[in-house]
Amino acid sequence: MTTSALFGRLTLDAIPYQNPIIMTTVGTVTVLGVLLVAWLTYQRRWAYLWNEWFTSVDHKRIGIMYIIFSVIMMLRGFADAIMMRTHQALAQGLGQGYLPPEHYDQIFSAHGTIMIIFVAMPFFIGLMNYVVPLQIGARDVAYPFLNSVSFWLTVASGLMVMVSLAVGDFSQAGWSGYPPYSELKFSPSTGVDYWMWSLQLGGIGTLVTGINFFVTILRMRAPGMSLMKMPIFTWTIFVTTVLIMFSFPVLTVTLALLAMDRYLDMHFFTNELGGNQMMFANLFWIWGHPEVYIVVLPAFGIFSEVVSTFSHKRLFGYASMVYATIAIAILSFVVWLHHFFTMGSGANVNAFFGIATMVIAVPTGVKVFNWLFTMYRGRIEFTTAMMWSIGFIITFAVGGMTGVLLAVPGADYMLHNSEFLVAHFHNMLIPGALFGYFAGYNYWFPKMFGFRLDEKWGKRSFWSWIVGFYLAFMPLYALGFMGMPRRMSHYDNPYWQPYLIIALLGTFLVAFGIFSQIMQLAVSIRQRHALRDTTGDVWGSHSLEWSIPSPPAFYNFAKTPVVEDLYAFTYMKENGINPRASAPFAPIHMPRNSSIGVFIGLFTFTLGFGLVWHVWWLVVGSLFAIMSLLVMRSSDDNVDYELSPQQVALYEAQAYQSVSQPVDQRTQDLATQG
Amino acid sequence: MSDTTVINPHGEAEHSHSPLDNQLFGFWLYLMTDCILFASLFATYAVLKNNNAGGPTGHEIFELRYVFLETMLLLFSSFFNGFAMINLSLNKVKQTVLWLIPTMIFGLGFILMEINEFSRLIIEGNGPDRSGFLSGFFGLVGTHGLHVSVGLIWMTVMVIQLLQKGITPGVRSRLLRLSLFWHFLDVVWIGVFTVVYLMGVM
Amino acid sequence: MSHSDTQHDVHPLSAKSYVVGFSLSLLLTIAAFGAVMSGALTGVTEIVAVVLCAVLQIYVQLHYFLHLDGSSEQRWNVMSFAYTVVIIALIVVGSLWITYNMHKLMMPGA
Repeated sequence: MTTSALFGRLTLDAIPYQNPIIMTTVGTVTVLGVLLVAWLTYQRRWAYLWNEWFTSVDHKRIGIMYIIFSVIMMLRGFADAIMMRTHQALAQGLGQGYLPPEHYDQIFSAHGTIMIIFVAMPFFIGLMNYVVPLQIGARDVAYPFLNSVSFWLTVASGLMVMVSLAVGDFSQAGWSGYPPYSELKFSPSTGVDYWMWSLQLGGIGTLVTGINFFVTILRMRAPGMSLMKMPIFTWTIFVTTVLIMFSFPVLTVTLALLAMDRYLDMHFFTNELGGNQMMFANLFWIWGHPEVYIVVLPAFGIFSEVVSTFSHKRLFGYASMVYATIAIAILSFVVWLHHFFTMGSGANVNAFFGIATMVIAVPTGVKVFNWLFTMYRGRIEFTTAMMWSIGFIITFAVGGMTGVLLAVPGADYMLHNSEFLVAHFHNMLIPGALFGYFAGYNYWFPKMFGFRLDEKWGKRSFWSWIVGFYLAFMPLYALGFMGMPRRMSHYDNPYWQPYLIIALLGTFLVAFGIFSQIMQLAVSIRQRHALRDTTGDVWGSHSLEWSIPSPPAFYNFAKTPVVEDLYAFTYMKENGINPRASAPFAPIHMPRNSSIGVFIGLFTFTLGFGLVWHVWWLVVGSLFAIMSLLVMRSSDDNVDYELSPQQVALYEAQAYQSVSQPVDQRTQDLATQG
Repeated sequence: MSDTTVINPHGEAEHSHSPLDNQLFGFWLYLMTDCILFASLFATYAVLKNNNAGGPTGHEIFELRYVFLETMLLLFSSFFNGFAMINLSLNKVKQTVLWLIPTMIFGLGFILMEINEFSRLIIEGNGPDRSGFLSGFFGLVGTHGLHVSVGLIWMTVMVIQLLQKGITPGVRSRLLRLSLFWHFLDVVWIGVFTVVYLMGVM
Repeated sequence: MSHSDTQHDVHPLSAKSYVVGFSLSLLLTIAAFGAVMSGALTGVTEIVAVVLCAVLQIYVQLHYFLHLDGSSEQRWNVMSFAYTVVIIALIVVGSLWITYNMHKLMMPGA
């Protein structure tokens, strides 16, 4: 491959003109993008976006931006899914489907990478950004500036995946990118590089977020909130951050070693000259298995909040829930080999990891029983958030049982790499992560924007999703037993086809579910006055985020609340304590907005792009720019400002304008109901 | 720092920490994540150690005298850094800088020795592309060297900040974090010279 | 903030701590290199001796240079370090166990 000094390996041939599907997509996205930019310019919104959002270090704004980013990426990931399902439903026997194999392979690789790294991760990071500081009574996170950097690193790496669509190609090696296939010898194009660098750069952002929230939760809780008085969502995030901190460095190393193989001709994972490709699988899953719990645990926390709120009870077995979560923090680091039972280790090794895998089902089982007992004899309110939770419990139990099946090494030899596995992990991650985030989105939306989401479209989306899910994935279990391997772009067995057609129908239903969610948002915005939350505590919840107006003032709490009970806000309501802070106020220290995060993101993108295309001046320049920005930031002593008590009083009055029904009123309602 | 103890009605003491104190703790956590990073590299090196693919083994290419000298440079650098920190705690700008300079010189000496070792190996045809073993070796030792280099750049920036700003709370906090980083790299080096070099020639 | 800052650094730092730490580290380094270079020890004893020196020196440096101790302020520093050690053990021992076991089974001749 020729390399020029100016453009590296980048030539005009990198744009896939000949592929009508890609070019249509790129064309549509470009047109939409241009329209959006034009509209924003016409509306003169750029200054607002820049000053209030892009450069914001407010955890609430950053949280919302994370969620928007995640939703955009989900549309891309789902488009991939529907293309694969359509193709597989057609590509039997003489039918060739409509995707050439190399394109099909890119689609499943992109689908996995996007759904895990750019949908699941940013969605829960968005929710935790918004909610955790509010739940613990803090004004912001420990490192507000780094929070902004993390976000823009995530955006930069997501952008790289998107750009790979139009310039060059994406990896064909699956989302896990096993060598030797992902080595230069077998994947000489830039696809693997896009995959590798987007994971690498995004992973650094995630690692920083992990440290940030660990310190936030440990050091910035309101007085009185001991560890065992933390809301359960905060607890699950706390353990999630531990998993992030201790697993992401392994991903960093794994990808760096693969990069050295590809760029410097080294031999970590190659076939020849003493490389050990099995070490890649080993390292990848040392990160990869905790990663599963990283995306699932926050959802467990959300379900716990939602189930106890809408059962109008306190959470059953809070302490056991906490200990189960902590147990997972250790156990999730001793099961990784179950991803490669068939790699050739001996019976003892497989038995150890098989048993450890079965053991980890125990703390998870504890949680399921806790949710069930929380609902037991509760006054259950079937809101959309609650529906997502109940749908999750049932579906997740099915997925969990198939997981215990796969944990038996002997059975795994039969089911490994089959559609059964595909069904299993979708059965864990769709209810176990995505349904949780949807529940959290419905649950906390009123807090974020001051009005509820429409219930009718919410329930439509839930039913389409869950029925669609069963239709799409139950046939895959059967297909796995029938011997169909995963990732096939063509097959010759006519008996498989009906199942794949049913799965396609399921995908269409899910598509209707997503459409319903978009409708839900649109309808809710249109009816926002009718759906207005006038209490700040729209659901009758337990924790501190509901003790302040919706949406909260940018400093969250005018005075740091004092926590008396695990259910801090319920305690206030029951004891007639008005959570509204009254004058005189003390001055408040707030961090200043900073554009450095945006620029670091920008240069991270150019860094990644330069690395992918071997444009070395761009790489060196970007690295230098990032380093200069960091030094600049470290020399800047003017990073925060003070709100005077008068200003606080003014903002408080503003924030409470939306609250017409005081919380005392709610307390009385609660008393009469109880 | 301001470890103001708030006694709540239940009599439990809660500590509230200042932002700079939190930064030091956060940096400690970063070092823990770095430990995991190095652990993965150590594991990889250990797995690839015997895969010399007909190339040289550690026994043939490692010179313990040379490594001992490198170790001494880094240890002395770490030691001098300690004295810089003592002077920092006494608020003496000039002495802090005066101790940071030998810290940097010895650190730089270590890096130059490492670069020299690496280039000698590459010239002899025993570069990282020679075998799995050498990939593992260059990967592990090189990552440590990269960390030391970043530490040196950071130290340069800090010396400039010390001279420009004096000892402000921010400068102090960054110097404390840098000091943790520098000592930490010496701790990692103990692992490197033991596992890679000493065990390599056994 | 400025008041508390000065307060923070006064207590742990003494030259004695660094001198003791440095001397012990020097001693342990010489011992480890000496054991290998002199050829005085062989086989398992050699490995055990060298690893022991390393573990001791890591402890010494953590204690005297990084000032890690059991005080209540450092509770979470120590806990996070302990957890790190556990995870490192899992990663390193696990990886070696898995790959060596596999190597033995898959490449019996090698």
